[in-house]
Amino acid sequence: MAKILLEMKNITKTFPGVKALDNVNLQVEEGEIHALVGENGAGKSTLMNVLSGIYPHGTYEGDIIYNGQVCKFSNIKDSEKLGIVIIHQELALVPEMTIGENMYLGNERGHKYAIDWNTTFAEADKYLKMVNLEESSKVQVKTIGTGKQQLVEIAKALAKQAKLLILDEPTSSLNEEDSRALLDLMLGFKKQGMTMIIISHKLNEVAYVADKITVIRDGTTIETIDNRGPEPVSEERIIKGMVGREMTNRFPKREGVKIGDVMMEVEHWTVHHPLYPERKVVDDVSINVRKGEVVGIYGLMGAGRTELAMSIFGQSYGVNFSGKLKIDGKEVKMKKSEADAIRHKIAYVTEDRKGNGLILSQSIKVNTSLANLNSLAKLGVIDQDKEYAVAEEYRDKLKTKTPTVEQLVGNLSGGNQQKVLLAKWMFAEPDIMLLDEPTRGIDVGAKYEIYCIINDLAAQGKSVVMISSELPEVLGMSDRIYIMNEGKIIGEMKAQDATQENIMALILQSGRGA
Amino acid sequence: MNENRMSVSAFFQKYTMVIALVVVVIFFAIATGGGSLKPGSINNLISQNGYVFVLASGMLLCILTGGNIDLSVGSVVCFSAAVGCVLMDKGVNMWIVVLVMLAIGLLIGIFQGFWIAKIRVPAFIATLSGMYAFRGLSNVVLGGYRVDISNEKFLFLFGGGRDCYIPDIIRQWMGSEGKPNLTCLAVGIILTLVYILMTVRKIHVQKKFNIHQSVLGQCVTTGAISVVILFITWQIASFRGIPTVLIWIGLILGIYQYITTKTAIGRHLYAVGGNEKATALSGVKTRNVYWFAYASIGLMAGLAGILTAARAKGIDPTYGEGYEMDAIASCFIGGASAYGGIGKVSGMIIGAVLMGVINQGMNMVGVDSNFQKVVKGLVLLAAVIFDVMSKRQKR
Repeated sequence: MAKILLEMKNITKTFPGVKALDNVNLQVEEGEIHALVGENGAGKSTLMNVLSGIYPHGTYEGDIIYNGQVCKFSNIKDSEKLGIVIIHQELALVPEMTIGENMYLGNERGHKYAIDWNTTFAEADKYLKMVNLEESSKVQVKTIGTGKQQLVEIAKALAKQAKLLILDEPTSSLNEEDSRALLDLMLGFKKQGMTMIIISHKLNEVAYVADKITVIRDGTTIETIDNRGPEPVSEERIIKGMVGREMTNRFPKREGVKIGDVMMEVEHWTVHHPLYPERKVVDDVSINVRKGEVVGIYGLMGAGRTELAMSIFGQSYGVNFSGKLKIDGKEVKMKKSEADAIRHKIAYVTEDRKGNGLILSQSIKVNTSLANLNSLAKLGVIDQDKEYAVAEEYRDKLKTKTPTVEQLVGNLSGGNQQKVLLAKWMFAEPDIMLLDEPTRGIDVGAKYEIYCIINDLAAQGKSVVMISSELPEVLGMSDRIYIMNEGKIIGEMKAQDATQENIMALILQSGRGA
Repeated sequence: MNENRMSVSAFFQKYTMVIALVVVVIFFAIATGGGSLKPGSINNLISQNGYVFVLASGMLLCILTGGNIDLSVGSVVCFSAAVGCVLMDKGVNMWIVVLVMLAIGLLIGIFQGFWIAKIRVPAFIATLSGMYAFRGLSNVVLGGYRVDISNEKFLFLFGGGRDCYIPDIIRQWMGSEGKPNLTCLAVGIILTLVYILMTVRKIHVQKKFNIHQSVLGQCVTTGAISVVILFITWQIASFRGIPTVLIWIGLILGIYQYITTKTAIGRHLYAVGGNEKATALSGVKTRNVYWFAYASIGLMAGLAGILTAARAKGIDPTYGEGYEMDAIASCFIGGASAYGGIGKVSGMIIGAVLMGVINQGMNMVGVDSNFQKVVKGLVLLAAVIFDVMSKRQKR
């Protein structure tokens, strides 16, 4: 039996009014990859914040035993000294600085008042090689993609002489390919004796990479599943622990929905990059969607899916547009205006709900009405009673969990925020809804509810375009699937013909062809 | 119902500035032996700070769009007043002059707003250059000298000196003379009644839509504000009545309260400050929202120019210096967020009154004017520190 590197015993952490962690126990062996899974708000991140000293000793009950010693961290520096390094979900890099500067930020080489840049960049390059990143450490972080930025974060952690690496949702913003590369990198580190804890929503990845899986639900540890057998643990098995019941069907059936005429057609749609106008981001794309149909657009990150959707939505992305947009058989000459798109009954539900979707400092009510405020206003004056009634109506319809619609959106969980975002666009009464990653970063239960909403929309005869980088979701929800790669549509499949294998094969082929 | 009850700390957090104001008022009342609460003092407080309320109303909209400020208002106040005084000196009709002064403010606001909204010049820089330019132009217009106003009607309407009060119509009608001013009392009582009725309606609507808000809390707030209105009414009624400038202050505060709470453009101001990208993707023309905010503060600067000139019975090239800071400070003390998206007219009023009371109190106690600035600075810092700290605790 391997040595236990870390043991967290009976950890209890209370915030005013809530018990976030209740007697949590966690044992991590040296040299293993240990996964923590649980729904949003289950307490995974709180537990890791206790471990890394963000919540200092004394603010929680219980013991942390690391390397046989009881630890009392009072801040992150203390835990990092012992080699416990956490990589947070949101990347903590300064975009304007170089990779090397970022890696040694707060950990500068040389003297405090005279940084040794030669050592900095030389050492940085060494660690970049270890994470298989082929970039010079003198490159500005803003010029590299998110996948590479995640690798820089890991290199930064390695530079701190990490012995226990904690990765919080490391693949949440990565595409399938980059995710796989990252997971393989983790397996490589494991061979060299590194111990890792990974927090993830993506259960297939957890099953692929983890030796042991600890399930947390409502602030307590439910079970630890051993995943070292010859067959990886099934996702259903993990979900059972997470939600406390069997999820027999992750995707609700859409029944009796009649697919009607073509609602929207996009022909030879080409969009150029706003900063590098010579680059085509969307290249000669032709797609269509019918009434009552859910069309999935699958593609890896950077395939141009978001750019396609945003350019259709009032040309809110890109420059030098060409191509035709037909709605209900008629060609629409759209101006560069989101308001124009809304008038043509198009809605774009962004993938970035915090950045581009919601106003976190405002109430559910204000967010719900924003895209269609004019329908509630007479001569510029808002009928606030009506507005309240509308917000209540959508809260009811979408089962948003909140005491009142006056609640600030920033105080809601991810799943509920997503529902508010959907409510906002449903209230705009579109015929065509472009949903960009509608279930990103939300838990299994909330995902199911969002799928039900999508089915309802289709049943009402709306045309839904669903962009997603989760293949099972695309396969489970779509009537028809477009596959996109490098700005082009490289394939179209009926849902019944599509499988994970033939979609991935298509993408690999087109990559080679280019 | 536990939800409806506010904890003591939450209460203090929400009403800090109100509590601070009460404490400061009591402190100066004691320090001046009750002098600061005398009818004359309250009357002066209103007359002296007219421009602050007007400018801070405009400033609030700019701050809402994302913590943007307008540094040029002090200079624009002086410029609009300078042009107005010179024109009046030349014998131009007073109403034309008033329109010209307002138009100057509005046009300057539109001009600066154009660079900020359309060309995306940072507001700080665009208005800083306005601050220099219009100060210089004021000097040019005035030729470096003070210009006086002798138009009595202008002085009366915009609340300058001794006789700028609404005449006591009721007593004139009754044929009697003396104090208190019955018209003033009547107006005050009617306003209080309207205010109470509005609260009753609001509570009624909340019941209808099943909104849970503490009825007791709203009644207490309404009661307290009613008492304050009646007290001020009584005090100014037993002085000379309603100063004409109060009409303008009330009008502007009313309009801005309405804009921020009831209109679509008001909602857009909050939305742009809260998340500009999300607002743009919701079909709102965000650049026009900026433009509106800067045009509005320009107009307010024009009006403040009128009020300033009327109060001083003329204009001097140095007038209006530091006005922008008073307006900005009022908004921030009143709880507006320096990042935008948060702030209320009611808070801004509290902030402006707090500054005014401190100013006046220190004058009456006889604090050296240099130290007065130190105290004002510290109050602003304390207000913002408190705001930041209370937000941090929530996380």
